[in-house]
Amino acid sequence: MTSETHAHGHELAAHAGEKPHPQARQYMMIAATLTIITVVEVAIFYIQPIKQSVAFAPTLLILSALKFALVVMFYMHLKFDPRLFSALFVAPLMIAAGIIVALLFLFGHLVL
Amino acid sequence: MRRALAPAHAFAMETETSTGLNNRKTVFWAFLGSECMFFASLISTYLVYKGRSVSGPYPTEILDIPVTSISTFDLLTSSLSMVLCLAAIERGDIKKFQFWLSCVIVGGLIFLGFQVYEFSHFVHKGLTLSKNLFGSSFFVLTGFHGTHVAVGVLWLISLLVLSLRGNMTKADALDVEIAGLYWHFVDIVWIIIFTVVYLLE
Repeated sequence: MTSETHAHGHELAAHAGEKPHPQARQYMMIAATLTIITVVEVAIFYIQPIKQSVAFAPTLLILSALKFALVVMFYMHLKFDPRLFSALFVAPLMIAAGIIVALLFLFGHLVL
Repeated sequence: MRRALAPAHAFAMETETSTGLNNRKTVFWAFLGSECMFFASLISTYLVYKGRSVSGPYPTEILDIPVTSISTFDLLTSSLSMVLCLAAIERGDIKKFQFWLSCVIVGGLIFLGFQVYEFSHFVHKGLTLSKNLFGSSFFVLTGFHGTHVAVGVLWLISLLVLSLRGNMTKADALDVEIAGLYWHFVDIVWIIIFTVVYLLE
């Protein structure tokens, strides 16, 4: 494969519904946000009143989902790429989440 | 379907698909979707067996949150390096690309170092793969994740070697982007594992 044809191939891919990717400054801001969320998660773990409350697990799961979404949308560029890529990733992700919930109801500690 | 006329044009023809999208990137997203289901099976196994070990060591006795928080921060930082690495090669700045790629590799190796330390520490404390349900599900889940990190590090090292030999240019940005997708996926899996296994102990 020559670099010329490779470049042509990349250009074709780049024009197929992709929006421009974020700049370094935006990446830094996302990294700072991810770090802050991680610090909050760990802090919550050490604050006993929160740890013993019913909000502990949902709060951590929401923060974790937020970090997950930020990485997928901005670092993996799913927010800027064609929707087919989102469908290819999100559909199995939903199935996976459904499997986890179903197995927890069937064999785990969750009850209806 | 149009056929490639000569090997030199194979890649360009390959990208002219009915969707208008690059085949490699499309297939790789489908692969990452399948990986979601793979890790979901391991995470659900861990959760189903959680709290059912009849003998110790138990998670509360053995998990080290401060150490794992540092390795989590390390992996998040390596993801930042990865996007900066991709941005550099998209600009054609090979020196910056090599620098950021080296940072990602070092970050991955540090994470693996933490995992080796953690595993050996746990084994020293009596937690093995066959000790109890926690040990079995924990080592399988985190072990498979660590294996994915190791594969990612080898992949990135191969890109760095190619680059040092002068075989990586701006035209190869898609190769780096796909490697980056894999690396970020490994990162998001760890985001879930860190919460589910360590923080919700």
